[in-house]
Amino acid sequence: MNNFIDDFRNSEIARKMGSMLSSYRGRPVTIMEVCGTHTMAIFRYGIRALLPDGIRLISGPGCPVCVTPSYYVHAAVTLSQRDDVIITTFGDMMRIPATAGDGSRGESLLSRKAQGNDIRIVYSPLDSLKIAAENPGKKVVFLSVGFETTVPVIALSVLKANEAGLDNFSVLSANKTVPEALKVLSVDSEIGVDGYLYPGHVSAIIGTGFYDEIAERYGIPGIVAGFEPLDVMHAIISLASNINNKKIVVENQYCRVVTREGNPVALEKMNEVFEARDAVWRGIGCIPGSGLQVRDKYSKHDAWKVFDLRQEAGNEPKGCLCGEVLKGKRTPKDCGLFGKACTPENPVGSCMVSSEGTCAAYYKYGGI
Amino acid sequence: MCLGVPGRVVKVLDKTGLVEIMGVSKEVSTELLKEVKVGDYVLIHAGCAIQVIDEEEAVNTLQLFSELKELMNE
Amino acid sequence: MPDIITLAHGSGGKLTHNLINDIFARHLANDILKQGDDAARFDLPGGRTAFTTDSFVISPVFFRGGDIGKLAVCGTVNDLAASGASPLYLTCGFIIEEGLPLDELERIAASMGHTAKECGVKIVAGDTKVVQKGAADKLFINTSGIGVIASGIEVSGSYAKPGDRVIVTGNIGDHGCTILLEREGLDISSDIQSDCAPLNSMLEEVFSITSDIHVLRDPTRGGLATTLNEIAVQSGVGIQLYENQIPVRDEVRGICELLGMDPLYMANEGKMIVIAPEGPADRILEILRKNRYGMNSRIIGEVVKAPAGRVVMKTVTGGNRVVDMLVGDQLPRIC
Repeated sequence: MNNFIDDFRNSEIARKMGSMLSSYRGRPVTIMEVCGTHTMAIFRYGIRALLPDGIRLISGPGCPVCVTPSYYVHAAVTLSQRDDVIITTFGDMMRIPATAGDGSRGESLLSRKAQGNDIRIVYSPLDSLKIAAENPGKKVVFLSVGFETTVPVIALSVLKANEAGLDNFSVLSANKTVPEALKVLSVDSEIGVDGYLYPGHVSAIIGTGFYDEIAERYGIPGIVAGFEPLDVMHAIISLASNINNKKIVVENQYCRVVTREGNPVALEKMNEVFEARDAVWRGIGCIPGSGLQVRDKYSKHDAWKVFDLRQEAGNEPKGCLCGEVLKGKRTPKDCGLFGKACTPENPVGSCMVSSEGTCAAYYKYGGI
Repeated sequence: MCLGVPGRVVKVLDKTGLVEIMGVSKEVSTELLKEVKVGDYVLIHAGCAIQVIDEEEAVNTLQLFSELKELMNE
Repeated sequence: MPDIITLAHGSGGKLTHNLINDIFARHLANDILKQGDDAARFDLPGGRTAFTTDSFVISPVFFRGGDIGKLAVCGTVNDLAASGASPLYLTCGFIIEEGLPLDELERIAASMGHTAKECGVKIVAGDTKVVQKGAADKLFINTSGIGVIASGIEVSGSYAKPGDRVIVTGNIGDHGCTILLEREGLDISSDIQSDCAPLNSMLEEVFSITSDIHVLRDPTRGGLATTLNEIAVQSGVGIQLYENQIPVRDEVRGICELLGMDPLYMANEGKMIVIAPEGPADRILEILRKNRYGMNSRIIGEVVKAPAGRVVMKTVTGGNRVVDMLVGDQLPRIC
């Protein structure tokens, strides 16, 4: 075994799988790739170009930045303008335009940074702790987006801040969980999902037990897949086959990282700091129990409470089809704004500017 | 939604580990894992090791992929 | 003499004089610079002339594999070389932020002199200004460069023709990744160094065996992908790349994997894209590989008729994907 990366990009096997994929002649199937990182991998490795007519891949709402409601960026941009605040964030959030309550397009964190506000890109929420320790006179806010892969790391940083007495550190949570959203997608007949490509890294944390419920209750099979080209192609081909053969099962094809029980240490930390609540998914609406908020015990690290911010859903930008795209009901090309009023340089909705956004993927990699 | 990179643990420190990916090293937190040893491969996400990579499973999976036997029958 | 640059150094008086003599004239010394007048005067060999300008604002000013001075000389020389010219004379304007330590300025000047000597160019005119703290980031350098194009050499971004081979002269992404790691807080350690280098001699060696070359361009900001897109648009052609042919150092791959970035968009400061017809391509490759700055040269693709203005890459799966221009800066991602 090499480095666990190149082995799963082996070109000989990749080509064999690629030609198997393009020569699929089974019944037409619709597969949803839940996770934005899968969407990107499918484009990046030219897998989309190899898809046969009989396999339709639709992108789901697994792009945490895309499903973050517009009021969140508005709150972050507003906070960033305070002199006593340092915003720390993943790079993914920087270019999203805030939307004001009336649906009009606002600024992004990138443009606020250009105007002198203290906004810093971090690779890890743990890096924000260092910034908080070095700037005791400022309030350091970490923009907490992400699903269950990232939430344990954020929980860890809250626990460490608490331990170290870093009272100036807080997180602004827009975190969400995948399982409840899957249920909503599974009952939506307009979407018509035949099978799910399950997110490999979320599963590394939460395990695979939950997906069995989706199979049993809704009759939709799935495969837990990694992100290298061999992982993705093998999963698509197997899933199409299972759907054709009416094998309503959940297969774990990412066993090197995913176990049935997931990561209990990570789950424990996640549950220690966060609790479930209802959450608004941009474009989908409210999904009960699908969001995470910081527990009262750690409320001094909860930026919503620290700054007394309200979470008010506003209007979506006019003409923006992000919502439909996020549910896989429409493709970016169906949107009147795609490529015209809405481009990566001038994005209207977050699907275009997020590094994993479906529209961004279509724009960047598509067009062949 | 999750960029995760496999890296090899070359040094274990208190609460962190030094991991190496293609000749590049980074110190990451190991607090989300029960136990980590030098020589282990771990999945890195956002500055944290979030899972240990099961090398035996990796070999099995690659074997499965290279054989493509089960897929050939479709 | 005080050990930092102050506003007084820019006022034109004795301090300025000493600064020019002790630092710039000393390290950049040549016969034309010694004229010491308001403009350099020289004769130019006959033929077409190439003339370029560039500005350098890189931070940090010192990095693994180079510094802003070396970058300024190499960048200007490479722009001239990419026009098919033999670079001859450079000018350098320095805008210095007050407070810059004198020894740092001296190191940079020495580096420039050394680089200029290596590639056979003379820095014949210069200017220095000092600005208040905060009005510049340590040091900004502006250059201009002049060179002559031998007869028979005609290259342009608009000359790529279907059937041409696309060559890159070595590993991509080294410079971009080096600068990225210099940023605080990433805490990634690596041996990676900037590839900053003057490529004029290497290209002269290529021109000595053939002038049948259509395009030369150095893939600096925006990386290989952006530069190839520019050429595809300029020439109204498509470019087909093969991912498995593109040379990338392991360390660059490691850094990009960790941060969710793509080596295709990382800056290069010592590489050249060479687009030439199929006929001479192999001989060109041979010559490039013999040079220390071109040892890892590869044919990475070819020019095609369609889709015009686009760059497409065959990936490891055999499937194609579009390689777009960079939009904005690459930012480290989590997703």
